[in-house]
Amino acid sequence: MIRVLAAEGLPWVARGAGTGLSGGALAEADSILVVLTRMNRIVSVHPARRRAVVEPGVVNARLSEAVLPFGLHYAPDPSSQSACTLGGNVAENAGGPHCLKYGVTTNHVVELEVLLPDGSIARLGSPHGEGWGPDLVGLFVGSEGMFGIALTITLRLTPLPAEIRTLLADFETVRAASEAVSAIIAAGIVPAALEMMDQACIVAVESSIYAAGYPVDAGAVLLVELDGGAAAVGAESIAVQALLMASGARSIRAASTPDDRARLWQGRKKAFGAMGRIAPDLVVQDAVVPRSALPDVLEQILAIGRSHRLTLANVFHAGDGNLHPNICYDSRDPDLTRRVHQAAREIMAVCVAAGGSITGEHGVGSDKLDYMPMIFDADSLAAMCAVRRVFDPSQRANPGKVIPLHHCNEWRRGPLAAARSGGSPR
Amino acid sequence: MSEAILMRLRHALGEAAVEQDREGRPRAIPDSAEAVAQVCGLAHEQGWRVRIEGHGTWMPTDAPADLALSTRGLSRVVDVAPADRVATVEAGVSIGVLQRELTAQGAWLALDPPGRPERSIGSIVATGTAGPLRHGFGPMRDHILGGTIVTGDGRTIKAGGHVVKNVAGYDLTKLQVGGFGAFGVVTQLHLRLRATPAASATLVARGERDVLTHAARALVDQRLAPSAMELFSPALAGEAEWVLAVAFSGTDAGVADDIAQVYLDAPASWTRLPPDRATAFWNATARAALSGEISFRLGVFADGQDEIIDLLAEHLDTGLVSAGPGGGSLRWSGDAVVEKLRILRHLAAEREIPLTLERAPWPVRHAFGHYGAYREGVGALVSKLRSTFDPDPTFAVALEGAKHG
Repeated sequence: MIRVLAAEGLPWVARGAGTGLSGGALAEADSILVVLTRMNRIVSVHPARRRAVVEPGVVNARLSEAVLPFGLHYAPDPSSQSACTLGGNVAENAGGPHCLKYGVTTNHVVELEVLLPDGSIARLGSPHGEGWGPDLVGLFVGSEGMFGIALTITLRLTPLPAEIRTLLADFETVRAASEAVSAIIAAGIVPAALEMMDQACIVAVESSIYAAGYPVDAGAVLLVELDGGAAAVGAESIAVQALLMASGARSIRAASTPDDRARLWQGRKKAFGAMGRIAPDLVVQDAVVPRSALPDVLEQILAIGRSHRLTLANVFHAGDGNLHPNICYDSRDPDLTRRVHQAAREIMAVCVAAGGSITGEHGVGSDKLDYMPMIFDADSLAAMCAVRRVFDPSQRANPGKVIPLHHCNEWRRGPLAAARSGGSPR
Repeated sequence: MSEAILMRLRHALGEAAVEQDREGRPRAIPDSAEAVAQVCGLAHEQGWRVRIEGHGTWMPTDAPADLALSTRGLSRVVDVAPADRVATVEAGVSIGVLQRELTAQGAWLALDPPGRPERSIGSIVATGTAGPLRHGFGPMRDHILGGTIVTGDGRTIKAGGHVVKNVAGYDLTKLQVGGFGAFGVVTQLHLRLRATPAASATLVARGERDVLTHAARALVDQRLAPSAMELFSPALAGEAEWVLAVAFSGTDAGVADDIAQVYLDAPASWTRLPPDRATAFWNATARAALSGEISFRLGVFADGQDEIIDLLAEHLDTGLVSAGPGGGSLRWSGDAVVEKLRILRHLAAEREIPLTLERAPWPVRHAFGHYGAYREGVGALVSKLRSTFDPDPTFAVALEGAKHG
């Protein structure tokens, strides 16, 4: 199919389950959608080597289920893991709550068989992770479907921890919860996950079928998960509880059974869905700030929401500083929609000013295209375009995503030529 | 030619930033990314060939070139944010200096590459070399959050960011790790830090190789999570027998429990090293690679390591071997002629094992190349990427070996 599209010169967009949150898998009217969900075989599992080879349409959670009998799992766990595909995870370099300890998708992909947009094949990386050349796997992961299609993906599997301890702490304010996050990280403890939800999010979850028993009068809750050897987890659990209390936690609840743990996590993982109760439309934002900036940035975000008279709900990976401020609104109201977009841009500006990034795990896609110049200068954007043309000279794979098009011409001119014509950004 | 280049460089950078190497060739020592870009832009315009140098303690500074570009002047630890677990450093900062500075602030870069503590961060990135800590914390690529790169024609690019999670744009930093400078000069890096562990311990066991590999497998099977686990040949460890070394870090209770598990699950004659001896042991094994003039790494699973060590013994020697029985790589150091290396790369490739030349004198690098035996479709991509980041090219890097008949 890709060879036919190449011969016809037609643009196309590779798509998995379509759960992405930056519009990366959306196609313009003239593009062909190449849907990969039928390529859903787990090709092989090698428990002793802790590797699995999968096709791109395998659903993330299905892989962990398949390797459970071997005491293994696939660590990156986006909230959409019950639906999203591993091919999409590779394209977006997807994250998830447990990436705090275990790393994101790029840390778990060792080898890719890639179909390039001209219809040729490239074999990148190797099963052990030592490459046959420069790290093209690292370059391909997170390229948002613009370099080609990963036909087979070799992934690292991670042993299931011997012990898991899940704690829920509730706080009067978001600031107090943020300070607890800083205290835990400063103590040198790396929880498996460290997630925060603010009151608007808690109320939405507790009003939904995903109710997890979060206290609805809390300003914020923290979900802290510790895993590893029993002794280490026991010691860290005591230390974390002391830090939570010292930071002003009103109460701490420990999951006592696997079902209890699953319930606590269900509320967190289905929070985006639960927000559907607040309003018909939702802008899910994704930005990263240095962890130490969390308390101030969160207050600024809430102030932005107030100034635009918007309903904001925050649910995010606090341990990574990876924020998801969500704006609930009704897109039928044009004035409200305008204010939502203005607030979204202001939130991004606050995060960038704090030294952060415009996306931690959702990707740029089409949603964040306009924000890219906030963090990259013209030469850096042009270099990305040039790298894209190495993989896809005719620029037909997922056209118009990630890099604003007008930045894609400068590279060809060369810096000296640009300087002579007075147009150099250097 | 050298005189003309010297004059141009002095004019561009100032007298203090230019010197001559032992052969009288110009060496530029810029102290900023802008100055590096100036040198590269000038070299590209004039058609000068440039050799990138760090501190010269790992890769010999012997590539034939019209001038050397040293990263020695890029020697600032720009920022350490212990609470954010991020540091920004210039490429010429040595790993030893950086670790000392981090320790003072309660932070740690979980990286212990082979070589001396004087090795520059830029050298570690360019060669993609990692040590025993890759078992617990991943190789070099997992520690880099972003950075600044200057291309062969003098453009300055920012890649990645300085937060611990970031997917904005393509990850151009990955190309620099193990790129041997073929895709630009890294001038500044944002690195992921960890907290200095509250407790740590090193256990070593000496004995026959197969007993130790068996013990290592038992540790892996028991889901123990050491921060480092490495098998050293007798010559590398400076001992009469093979040595398996395992390090744990974390809380006091966790480390104590891990050690108890090792004694229980992995039968071998374990000795716990006191802290000062543990530090000395890891430092000595890191430096031992320098006893030979060549180092290369092989990608090989634990279940294939015995076979490849035998292959090394047959075609080179078992001299200085350092293998990660829990991970997927093995390093050999020693002396060898190119023809032997070619045979070994060929035999390894037959077993689906890549061989990366990490360090060697220029004649060996030039003839053998850092990489060889690219897999389907990779050669063309690498070649085009190289033209993108270093058109013409400016940098003297033997990414692939010279063609041979």
